[in-house]
Amino acid sequence: MVTIEVNGRQIEALKSHTLLEALRRDGIDIPTLCHIEGLAPSGACRMCVVEVEGANGLVPSCAYPVQEGMKVKTHSPRVMEARKTIIELLLANHPDDCLYCARNDNCELQSLAALFGVRERVYKGDRNVHQIDSSSPSIVRDPNKCVLCGRCVRVCEEIQGVSAIDFINRGSKATVGTAFDQGLNVSSCIKCGQCILACPTGALHEQSYVGDIIDALKDPEKMVVVQHAPAISVTLAEEFGLKAGTDVCSLMTGVLRMLGFERVFDTSFSADLTIMEEGSELVHRLKNKGVLPMMTSCSPGWIKYVEQFYPEFIPNLSTCKSPQQMLGAVTKSFFAEREKIDPKKIYSVAIMPCTAKKFEAQRPEMGNSGISDIDAVLTTRELAELIRYFGIDMQKAQPSAADTPFGMRSSAGKLFGVSGGVMEAAIRSAYFLVTGNELQEIEVKQVRGLDSVKETKVDIDGIELGVAVVSGLNNAKKLLEQIKAGRDDLHFIEVMTCPGGCIAGGGQPLNADKKAIQARMKAIYKIDSNDAIRTSHGNEAVKRLYAEYLGEPLGEKSHQLLHTYYAKRDVIK
Amino acid sequence: MSVVRKILEKHSQPKRETLIPILQEIQEELGYLSREAICEVGEKLNLSASKIYGVATFYNQFRFEKAGLYEIQVCRGTACHVKGSASVLEALKQELQIEPGGTTRDGLFNLEVVACIGACSLAPVIAVNGEFHAGVSPDSIKEILNTYRERVVENDQGK
Ligand code: SF4
Ligand code: SF4
Ligand code: SF4
Ligand code: FES
Ligand code: FES
Repeated sequence: MVTIEVNGRQIEALKSHTLLEALRRDGIDIPTLCHIEGLAPSGACRMCVVEVEGANGLVPSCAYPVQEGMKVKTHSPRVMEARKTIIELLLANHPDDCLYCARNDNCELQSLAALFGVRERVYKGDRNVHQIDSSSPSIVRDPNKCVLCGRCVRVCEEIQGVSAIDFINRGSKATVGTAFDQGLNVSSCIKCGQCILACPTGALHEQSYVGDIIDALKDPEKMVVVQHAPAISVTLAEEFGLKAGTDVCSLMTGVLRMLGFERVFDTSFSADLTIMEEGSELVHRLKNKGVLPMMTSCSPGWIKYVEQFYPEFIPNLSTCKSPQQMLGAVTKSFFAEREKIDPKKIYSVAIMPCTAKKFEAQRPEMGNSGISDIDAVLTTRELAELIRYFGIDMQKAQPSAADTPFGMRSSAGKLFGVSGGVMEAAIRSAYFLVTGNELQEIEVKQVRGLDSVKETKVDIDGIELGVAVVSGLNNAKKLLEQIKAGRDDLHFIEVMTCPGGCIAGGGQPLNADKKAIQARMKAIYKIDSNDAIRTSHGNEAVKRLYAEYLGEPLGEKSHQLLHTYYAKRDVIK
Repeated sequence: MSVVRKILEKHSQPKRETLIPILQEIQEELGYLSREAICEVGEKLNLSASKIYGVATFYNQFRFEKAGLYEIQVCRGTACHVKGSASVLEALKQELQIEPGGTTRDGLFNLEVVACIGACSLAPVIAVNGEFHAGVSPDSIKEILNTYRERVVENDQGK
C-alpha cells in the first residue's frame, strides 16, 4: 500500500495499480475512452488526464503508475478544460445523428458531451464522410460515428485473435476499417460482436432484423414461432433496469406470447438434444479411434475461426449443429408434420445472445430441402427493442411456460449459457452413456467460473479423459498451437467464442462489467442447483422425440437433420 | 518463385521491423502492393492483412492498385488551391469514378494528388504522364481526358 494525495485528501492505493485504478477504487469518477478493463493501457485518447505535481504537463491516469506521496488533481480547471477540448474536437468530426442512432441514450460520447456541458458546435468545418459497411449479416460499421478510441481493434486482436479491423490512413483521414477497405463480409471477421460491446458509440452495432419480425408477425399466412437461448432469461432483465443476474424466464415467455409468437420454444431443450448427439459422438470417437480431441461446435464464431485460420482442425469439430439450428431443423420437420402445416409457412425466430448466430442461420448448409432451419435471429438487445416497440411492461406480463414439444429442458441444457457449461452437461451424460449409471459428483467445479482456460481430468469407467474449456478465441488459438506442437493429453475441448460464454455474448445488454457477468453466471448455476432434472439424458421430451421421430442418437434421421459439415474458408486474413 | 517470396527470402529474418522496407521493395518490383502480396507478407510475419494495410496506408508512398496507362497528377499546392484545384479534383473524381490512389476499371487512368509541381504560374495544373495542362477547370477536364482516350484508340488501330 502507498498513500497518495488526491484533491488535497490522502488516499490509500495498491502499488501495482495504475493511477486510474486507484482513483476509481476510491470512488472518484474519471472519464475514459480508449481504456479497456483487463487490457494493457494504450494511452491514446487522453480523456483520463489528471494533474500530477511535478509532472510535465497533464498525464493520462490510465497509463500512469501510482507513487508514494504523489499529489494529484483530478478535476482542476486545467484538467476539465483539456477533457472538454477533446470532446469538442471529437464532435467537430461527428455527425449530429443522435436521433437516428442505435446508441441514442446509451452512448459514451453523448454522456461525455453532457458531462462537460458541451452544448454547441465549437469547431466547424468539413467532416470526413465515410460509407457505412452493412455487408455483414451480423455487424454494421458506421465509421462516421467512430471516435478512434481503438477499443474494437484491440478486442478483435487481443481477445479474439482475429484482427479483422485496424487503424487505416493517418491524420484527419484516419479511420478504423478492414484490410483493403473491403466489406466486413469478406474479411476475417467471425461476427462475434465483441467489438460492439467494446464500442463507446454507435459506430458498431448489430444488423437489425426487428423490422423483418414485425412484418412476419403481421402476416396471417405465417406461423411465427420463437426459441430463446439459455443465456437470454438471465440477461434480458438488465435492459429494463433490473439487477444483473435476475432470471425472468417465465415472464419473458409470457411477453413473447403477447408479442404474437404462436409457439415459444426453449433452446435449452435442443441443447439437451445436442448433448445426446455430441455425447454419443464423443463416445463413438473414443471407442472407434476417431479424431481426437473432439471440439464443440455450438459457437458459430469459433466455427468460422477454425474454417479460416485452422482448417486442419476441421475433422476435430463435432459434426453436431448448434442448438439453435437443431431446434430450427426439428421445428420444420417433426413439428410441422405433427401440426400438419407446410414448413414453408413456419417463420422460425431465434433470440440469441450472439451476433454470429445471424450468420450461422444464413449458412447455406443450415437447412433441409431448400428450407432454412431458422428465418431470423434477434439479439437480446433487439428483443428488448421489440418489447418496447409494442409497449409491453415486462414486469406486468403473465408468467408462462414454454410450449410442447420443445419446451421442456433439463438444467444441463441451461448450462450452455456459460463457459464450461457444455462440458459439464456433456460429462454428466457421457458418463451415463458409457456406464449406464448417474455421475455421483454431478457438479464439475473445475470447469466452472470465469477463468478463460479451465482444464481437468474426468474418470469414466476407468477411462481417463482430458478435458479443456476455453473462451475468447485468442485462448483457443493458444490451445490449438499446443496441440499442433504435439500435446496429446486432451480428448474433449469446449470452445466458446465470447469470454465467459454466451452470458457475455456480443448480442447481450451493453455496459456489463465483470461483476454483472459474474451475476449472470451465478444465476445460471443457481437454476441448475435448484432443478429436479439436471441431465440431458433425463429430459423426457428429448426421449420422446427420439422414440417418436429421430430413432437414436447418430441415427439416420439425426444425421440428416442434426449434423452438418464444415469447409475451409478463404477470406482476407 | 513469386516476386514476394524472393523479397521475403532476401531478408534473412523478416521481422515486423522490416515490414516497411519489405513493402517498399515489393512496390518497387510490382509497382503497387497487391492484395496477394500483402497477405503473403502477413502470413510470413504473422501479421493480419488489416494490420499491414493499416501500416501501409499510414505512409503516403504506397499504392494498392496497379497504375493506369496514364497517371493523372492533380496539384494541391497553394497557388493551384487558390485557383480552384479542389473543384478540378472533384470533377476528375466524378468523371473517372475513382478516388485519389485509385485506378479506373478500364485501366486507363490512375489519379494522384501531389504537392506543388513547380508550375505555379500555370495554376491550376494537372500533369498526365508528365505532360502539363495549364489553367484547367472542371469544364475542360473531359476534353483533356478524351485526347488521351483517343490516343489509346489510335494506338490500337495502328497495331
Ligand atoms: S454515436 Fe452517440 S453521439 Fe454519435 S450520433 Fe450516435 S448517439 Fe449520437
Ligand atoms: S465481430 Fe468479432 S471478429 Fe468481427 S470485427 Fe468485431 S471483434 Fe472482430
Ligand atoms: S468503432 Fe467504436 S470502438 Fe472502434 S475505434 Fe471507433 S469508436 Fe472506438
Ligand atoms: S483512457 Fe487513458 S488515455 Fe484513453
Ligand atoms: S501550386 Fe500547383 S504547381 Fe505550384
